[in-house]
Amino acid sequence: MGKTIIEVKNLSKVYRLGIKESQTESVGQAILQWVLSPLRNFRRLRRLSKFDLNKEEQDVLWALRDINFKVEQGEVLGIIGKNGAGKSTLLKILSQVTPPSDGEIRMRGRVASLLEVGTGFNPELTGRENVYLNGTILGMTRVEGDAKFDEIIAFSGVEKFIDTPVKRYSSGMKVRLAFAVAAHLEPEILIIDEVLAVGDAEFQRKCLGKMQDVAGEGRTVLFVSHNMPAVSSLCTRAIMLRHGELFMEGNVDDVINGYLNEQSARAEVGLAELTDRWGSGLVKFTDVQFSTDPDQPIGNVLYAGQQGIFTFTMESHDTQVIPQASLAILIQDVQHQRVTTLHTRFTGNLLSFEPGVNTVTCTIPKINLMPGKYWVTLHCIVGGESSQVSEPADHVDQAAYFFVEGGDFFGSGKIPNDKHGMILVEQAWAQPQRIGS
Amino acid sequence: MASNTPIETVIRPIKGWQLLNFSELFRYRDLFYFMVVRDIKVLYKQTVLGFLWAVLNPFFSMVVFTVVFGNLAGVPSDGVPYAIFSFAGLLPWTYFAQSMQNSTNSLVQARNIFTKVYFPRLLIPMTPVIAKLVDFLIAFAMLGAMMIYYKVTPTWDALYLPVLIIIMILSAAGIGMILSAMAVQYRDIRFAMTFLTQLLMYAAPVVWPASLIEEKFGSLAYRLYGLYPPAGVIEGFRAALIGTRPMPWELLMFSSISAVALFIIGALYFRRMERVFADVA
Repeated sequence: MGKTIIEVKNLSKVYRLGIKESQTESVGQAILQWVLSPLRNFRRLRRLSKFDLNKEEQDVLWALRDINFKVEQGEVLGIIGKNGAGKSTLLKILSQVTPPSDGEIRMRGRVASLLEVGTGFNPELTGRENVYLNGTILGMTRVEGDAKFDEIIAFSGVEKFIDTPVKRYSSGMKVRLAFAVAAHLEPEILIIDEVLAVGDAEFQRKCLGKMQDVAGEGRTVLFVSHNMPAVSSLCTRAIMLRHGELFMEGNVDDVINGYLNEQSARAEVGLAELTDRWGSGLVKFTDVQFSTDPDQPIGNVLYAGQQGIFTFTMESHDTQVIPQASLAILIQDVQHQRVTTLHTRFTGNLLSFEPGVNTVTCTIPKINLMPGKYWVTLHCIVGGESSQVSEPADHVDQAAYFFVEGGDFFGSGKIPNDKHGMILVEQAWAQPQRIGS
Repeated sequence: MASNTPIETVIRPIKGWQLLNFSELFRYRDLFYFMVVRDIKVLYKQTVLGFLWAVLNPFFSMVVFTVVFGNLAGVPSDGVPYAIFSFAGLLPWTYFAQSMQNSTNSLVQARNIFTKVYFPRLLIPMTPVIAKLVDFLIAFAMLGAMMIYYKVTPTWDALYLPVLIIIMILSAAGIGMILSAMAVQYRDIRFAMTFLTQLLMYAAPVVWPASLIEEKFGSLAYRLYGLYPPAGVIEGFRAALIGTRPMPWELLMFSSISAVALFIIGALYFRRMERVFADVA
């Protein structure tokens, strides 16, 4: 105990971003571009694997930058951070799927990683054959597989179907079998990425229990998840990544609090001050409000069945009128799953912005979302479909949220709730008509 | 588990050229076994004819070649029926071509696996090279049947067949490693494959005897032709099984050198490209 089992030193990883294609201005240029395109494609593909770390290159993304931490034997370390913070890259390097660009990691003991449950399952093979195939992919030997086979099958609960090809399994059964294999690996270091996102609640509890057992046996577990209750109950320590850098490290509850504070702080900061955005910046979103009353355009609560008014405050930094701009408003549920998109191109509108501050409103005559919390992602494009250039001016992921309260959508006095689905649809029912005479 | 002797793993940027890591490959031998078994089992699943396909493919090629080249074009066949002449060539060729093709496509197809979990990636292109030996053996039985039908007896040189088979495996594996690694980054390879296989087939003495090279271009050209491994292997098969000619040692010497060279170059190239597979796949 107290022995360092994983040591990460100055770890960095860079990736190549896509490069914007250059525009052509004449037919001749376009033909030339087309003729030369194999050469350009070759250079582009080759550059994917060639880096010079000392040069600051424009199209290089530092997925991880100078990460240092240690993990001791028997520790369960949580790794948290927003999407794109570098968690998955870190796990990929730890599980040797991809090498780092710089720095090093020392690990003592056998490592098994579960970046995705069921990796390497072959649909044509039976459950039994897949247990062996998957087990050996994850580093088990055939003898170990024989020894643990019965235990694995019992844990998975798919005994009856063990000699059926996996392609006839339900997705739940596949996940169960895959996790059962992984859970019985007995490595010294177990790396787990978001496996609990799949499977039903009962199976999730079983998995959590199994992972607690694994940790109890003095093994080291690295656990990545967005499920904060799971992280908090399983882990002893945690690290938080942000933009590829190690932002916080320490006791699990402190780090989770830091993470949640950071998340809500982001929502509290005015939209105008958010730096977590991309685009040319020619036009920027500075405020969003949601209301039901055009005379009181402030708030964040809408009612199903009533009109909803989205009011955007936008600042144009151009000295002239911008004649052609489009807005796309992505409405997402709490899991960031997109519900729908409001888009000026859908309705055939082109917006023109005066220099300075402008407000834009979008009215939805009848809100047909189920009660709940919704995020909006904002996107503004300058330049219309017909014009030469069209480029994103501003994009803010999860810029703001609004709540939908249940309402009398159908005018029948009945208020549907989120158990009924995600959206409401206008409907008309007719009395049964008898067929024949 | 032997937790008292922990394995220390050091992960750092990989630079330069590396040859095979034999101890690691040995540790993963069970995985290789299951991958080969899977390849064999899955190949003919949900087909009616099953392993008969291993025979039908070279058989129909033989029929077509016998009609087109043997009967219509009158390509010489070293004095034996054209059917058995071409089948003796098609047998190693079919193995070579199919294992090379499957090996080339294998990495791109397996990208969902190797971007999620680590194991020696080299096992992926090597799997079809070994698994296809099953098809080869089945087709070999077919050749045996034809030899009985045409009353052809093998020569004592048949004892050298294992050597020929090893040359065949090494060269298919070498090309497979190079092309599969390239195909991960450059998907062009997939489109070039059909054409390349055809080109390589006509370059090999499958439908015509290697003796034509000696007749038309002289003996130096003939010897150098041995640098193309299928040349030595196919002529060797004919010498061993139908005895149309003595064992072509002058070809085989070059063939074995270039097969070994291909394998080593393939392994070096694969190991160099391996580190970026997960990032570019």
